[in-house]
Amino acid sequence: MKKNEVPQDKSNLESANFKELCYAVDENGEYTTELSTGWSPKTIALNNAIEALNERISASKQRVKDHKVSPLEYYMELHKMDLPILASYVGIWKWRVKRHFRPAVFKNLNNKTLQKYADVFDITIEELQRTDL
Amino acid sequence: MEIDFKHKQAAHCENGVVANLMTYNGFTVSEPMVFGIGSGLLFTYIPFLKVNHAPVVSYRAMPGIIFTRFATRVGIKIKREKFRNAQTAKDRLDENLQRNNPVGLQVGVYNLPYFPDEYRFHFNAHNMVVYGKRDGIYLISDPVMETVTSLTEKELEKVRFAKGAFAPKGHIYYPTAFPEQLQLEKAIIKGIKHTCRDMLAPVPVVGVKGIRKIAKLIRKWPKAKGTKIANHYLGQIVRMQEEIGTGGGGFRYIYAAFLQEAGKLLTNNQLLELSKEMTLIGDQWRDFAVEASRIYKNRSNSVAVDQYDHVATLLEDIANKEEVFFKKLKKAI
Repeated sequence: MKKNEVPQDKSNLESANFKELCYAVDENGEYTTELSTGWSPKTIALNNAIEALNERISASKQRVKDHKVSPLEYYMELHKMDLPILASYVGIWKWRVKRHFRPAVFKNLNNKTLQKYADVFDITIEELQRTDL
Repeated sequence: MEIDFKHKQAAHCENGVVANLMTYNGFTVSEPMVFGIGSGLLFTYIPFLKVNHAPVVSYRAMPGIIFTRFATRVGIKIKREKFRNAQTAKDRLDENLQRNNPVGLQVGVYNLPYFPDEYRFHFNAHNMVVYGKRDGIYLISDPVMETVTSLTEKELEKVRFAKGAFAPKGHIYYPTAFPEQLQLEKAIIKGIKHTCRDMLAPVPVVGVKGIRKIAKLIRKWPKAKGTKIANHYLGQIVRMQEEIGTGGGGFRYIYAAFLQEAGKLLTNNQLLELSKEMTLIGDQWRDFAVEASRIYKNRSNSVAVDQYDHVATLLEDIANKEEVFFKKLKKAI
C-alpha cells in the first residue's frame, strides 16, 4: 500500500474523532505511517455485525414478551454478551445460567442470585424482573 | 503524580505499549521492530471457539507473547502480575506510580468510555500504559489513540477486571532490568526464524495451512450454513484482518516495515527485497477484503455460490505466495 492510497473513507470512527494508524510506503519505497479515517470494506463488515446484534436483541425481546425466556437472555444480548461471558461475569456455571433463562426457574431465583445478575447489567432487581421491555 | 511519559500512537496496542515503555527507559525501538522480534505475525484458525457468534481467525500471535519473546530475545527482564482482588491490584498500581514507574496494563475493551460505541466488544486483550494519577484520575496512554486520555478509578477497575476469554485479572507488566546495550541483530534473526517456523508449521490450522483451511471452509459455508450466516462469518474474517490495531492487511504491512528496518540494520539486501514482496502480499489481503465486502454488502441477499469460490481462490493464492515467501525468508538469514 502506497502512502497516498491509505483509505480515508467515512466510518464510525468519525463520531469519536478517532483516526487509526496504518503502515504504508512513501514515494521512495520507505515505510512510514499514515492516519486513516476508515475503510469501506471493514465499515460495512462492522455495520453488518452491529445489525446482526440488534436483530438478536429484538428477537430476544420478543421471546421475553412471549414468556418463552426470562429477561436475563435479553439483557445478555443487550450487553453484547454470550453465555460463556455472562457466566464468567456473574461467577455462575454456564449450565445454571442457561437454566435461569427458563421463565419458570427465573421466577424462583432468590434475591442473592438476582442481585448478582443485576450488578452485572447495572440495573435494579425490579428492572431485571420486568417482562414488559 | 505524573510521570514524564512520551505518548506515541501505534497501529497495534501491544507493540505500541512495548515500544513506548522502551522509549521511556531510554531505548528507542520502533513498533515494527517489536512486532518482528516478538514474532507477532501469524495466521491461525481457532476451531471450536466462537466470538460474536462467528468462527475466530487470528492474524497475530497470542496476546502477551509478543512482549515476552521480545524481552527474552533482546535481554530485558519483565515483571508480570495478576490479581484476584481488585483492591490489591489498585494498590500495586499506585505503588508503581509512586515510584515513578509507568506500567503496562491488559484491559477489556467493552467498558472503555473513550472508545466509539461500535467498537466496544467483549475483547479482553487490549493494552495501555498508566503513567500517572491526578486527583484520583488515572492518566492513560492508549497506543491506538492519537493523544493521551484518562480514566476514573472505577472505570479503570472495571476494564482491568473484565471477564470472559483472556480475562485480564488486573494484569500489569513493566520492564525491570535492561542490558547495557540493546543487541538487536541476533534478536532479529531469532524472531524471523520463529515466524518462518510458525507460518510453515505442519499443523492444519496454523500458518499457510490455516489459510488454506479457511479457504476450504469459505467454499462450504454458503451450502452448509446458508448465505446469511456465511456472510456474517466472512465479515468477521475481514474485521479481524483490518480492524484497528492491524496497521492494515492483517499485520502484513507492519511486518514488511520490520523487514525493511531489519534489512538496513543487518545490511542484508535480500530482506529489503522480501519487504517489497511482503507489501505486495499485504495488498493481496486487502484485495481479498474488497472482494469479500462485495459479497456481504447485502446481508441476506442470496449470492451465487461461485462468488464464495472466487474469494476462496484469492485466499488460496495468498497461501501459495506466503508459502514461497517464508521459505525464501528462511534462507535469506
